[in-house]
Amino acid sequence: MTSIGSIGSLVLAQTPPSDTFYTHAPEWTWLIVVYFFVGGIAGGAAFLGAMLDLFGAPQDRPLARLAYVVSLPLIAIGGPLLIWDLNRPERFWHMFIQSETGRPMFKYWSPISFGAWGVGVFGLFIFLAAVGTLAELGHLPASLRLLREGVVGKAVSALAGLFGLFVAGYTGILLAATNRPLWADTTLLGLLFLLSSISAAAAVLILLSWRWGHQGSVHWLAEMDVYSSLLELVTLIVLVISLGSVALEVWGNGWGVLLLVGTVLIGILLPLALHFRPHLAGRMSLPSAAALVLIGAFVLRAVVVLSSEAV
Amino acid sequence: MAQTAQGTPATPAASTPSGETSFPAGTPIIVEGTPALGGSPMPGGSPPPPGTPVGAMIGTPAALETPAENTAAFPAAVPFDAVPMGFYTDTTVCIGCKACEVACKEWNGLSSYNGGVNVLSGDSYDNTRHLDGQHWRHVKFIEQFDNTNQGRQGRWLMMSDVCKHCVQAGCMDVCPTGAIIRTEFDTVVIQSDVCNGCRACIGACPFGVIEINPTNNTAMKCTLCYDRMQAGLTPACAQACPTASIQFGAIDDLKQSAQQRLEQLQSLGETRAQLYGADDKIVGGLNSFYLLVDEPEVYGLPASPQLPSRNVPTSGLMSTAGAVAMGVLGLVGLRKRRMDQFAAERAGTGQRDEEVTGD
Repeated sequence: MTSIGSIGSLVLAQTPPSDTFYTHAPEWTWLIVVYFFVGGIAGGAAFLGAMLDLFGAPQDRPLARLAYVVSLPLIAIGGPLLIWDLNRPERFWHMFIQSETGRPMFKYWSPISFGAWGVGVFGLFIFLAAVGTLAELGHLPASLRLLREGVVGKAVSALAGLFGLFVAGYTGILLAATNRPLWADTTLLGLLFLLSSISAAAAVLILLSWRWGHQGSVHWLAEMDVYSSLLELVTLIVLVISLGSVALEVWGNGWGVLLLVGTVLIGILLPLALHFRPHLAGRMSLPSAAALVLIGAFVLRAVVVLSSEAV
Repeated sequence: MAQTAQGTPATPAASTPSGETSFPAGTPIIVEGTPALGGSPMPGGSPPPPGTPVGAMIGTPAALETPAENTAAFPAAVPFDAVPMGFYTDTTVCIGCKACEVACKEWNGLSSYNGGVNVLSGDSYDNTRHLDGQHWRHVKFIEQFDNTNQGRQGRWLMMSDVCKHCVQAGCMDVCPTGAIIRTEFDTVVIQSDVCNGCRACIGACPFGVIEINPTNNTAMKCTLCYDRMQAGLTPACAQACPTASIQFGAIDDLKQSAQQRLEQLQSLGETRAQLYGADDKIVGGLNSFYLLVDEPEVYGLPASPQLPSRNVPTSGLMSTAGAVAMGVLGLVGLRKRRMDQFAAERAGTGQRDEEVTGD
């Protein structure tokens, strides 16, 4: 009987550090990782564009236009990625319409349902902002400039920016609304993804504009990149500490090394060093830092998603 | 008072006519001539052919439209009252025969030949290993052996696992299509014709019950034989269980029965005996609850499973705070830039004024 008791103790001693380890992985893999990356950049770019548009100077408008024009195709890529990831892609519309009644399908308490509608609404406003931008640039009929002018223009920009922030961060909340190891063991993933998305969006805009953009606008983007990277680093440290033994279990392996090297070192510390010591890479400091930030943002999403899937 | 239909001893549906269980690799394992549930052949006379859409059989009244010659074998079924119903599983009397697994597969038309590949676990007498889209019942073998002990001490615990039909169901909460519904019996059912395979429910289930069924590519799990219950029939697994380890009935009645059994075991000195999910502490209560004789973790059950939505409010607040912080930092940056510009312009103007005055 004593032996049995000791065996029972042995089994209990081997129990996982969290109740989340008793669950099955939903097999959200590369399609979701790529969606989180491009969707996050799309949302972050819309937010930055709206900030420049609504609160910036006239010389910021070219960068705001760039932000909208970059955001639209990225979110347009994200939608098909999500549909492709479904096991029954032909039923993607069940997310929006009740298949049995034809009524709208919306569950505010389900992050996926809320997210699907949020991405849809964001897509609508970023589409309007991008159409207005193309009209401003003379590629579409002049009457569509209405979307970029006056109250309508401000409303479109503000809503694109606000829903952009939602798209940038909801993916982390979506992961938290599971019972999976790591994802459900923290409430910081939404914040982490939001900050990383803003940082990555700033990086994309810097890469596309550092040669021709107004110096003041590009400088502001670089500042936003620095702020979001610093906050991201702090959030990541708090996250690891708060996870405790779960972090050891999930990241005490190659995933942890990848996170440390790919995100912390390459994606945050090196870019910050290049921002604060621009002489390190001379004229290429800014674009180099931006490119590294993008690598870090992608690795962050890959590690967060795939390391939990691997448990 | 709801009708209580406890699992009555029955011939295990798994046995073949010859009693042999070995199959050449790659052979589809189709048990023909099986004594069917309730002693009657399956509707249609044989299991569905491989590839038959499972969804076509889930909750489909046609599955119950038994030909007249077959219905004669069934006693007249009395429909159950619409009260919470479920399973009480007494693990102490489970003998690991897996009749419940087979009965479940047979009634629900779930593939039993695994794509023609016979997969053996290699380290256990249990080759099912876990619940998934094709295994809605799973008899867990908890094989505890101390090989370092020369006395070769050990024990087997057995537990027929199934969807818990949680009173607060996380899978239903997160499902974005409304495919997961709660029935009039307080059970939780996935409508396979609505599910689009987003797999949110898989990660949300705190017990690891749900997975995609490769036959129809939708998330699937135990329905607590909703189709049978609608006709007043005991779920197939409880019907097949030869030891009444799986008991089916109204939850209130099952709780009474479980409490009596718990007291009996404790009076006999089994102090580790405990009920898992019989009260409302675990996600509001489990409509499929268990009598265990060790800690839940030993059976592969989480000690304190929680709803997936628990993290949403805090996560949302954190993200909102981050968004506000970035917005404020962005505004401060733009304002500072403007002030710097003004200052520079002023300095330039002042310099020009001085130059003009100097002239």
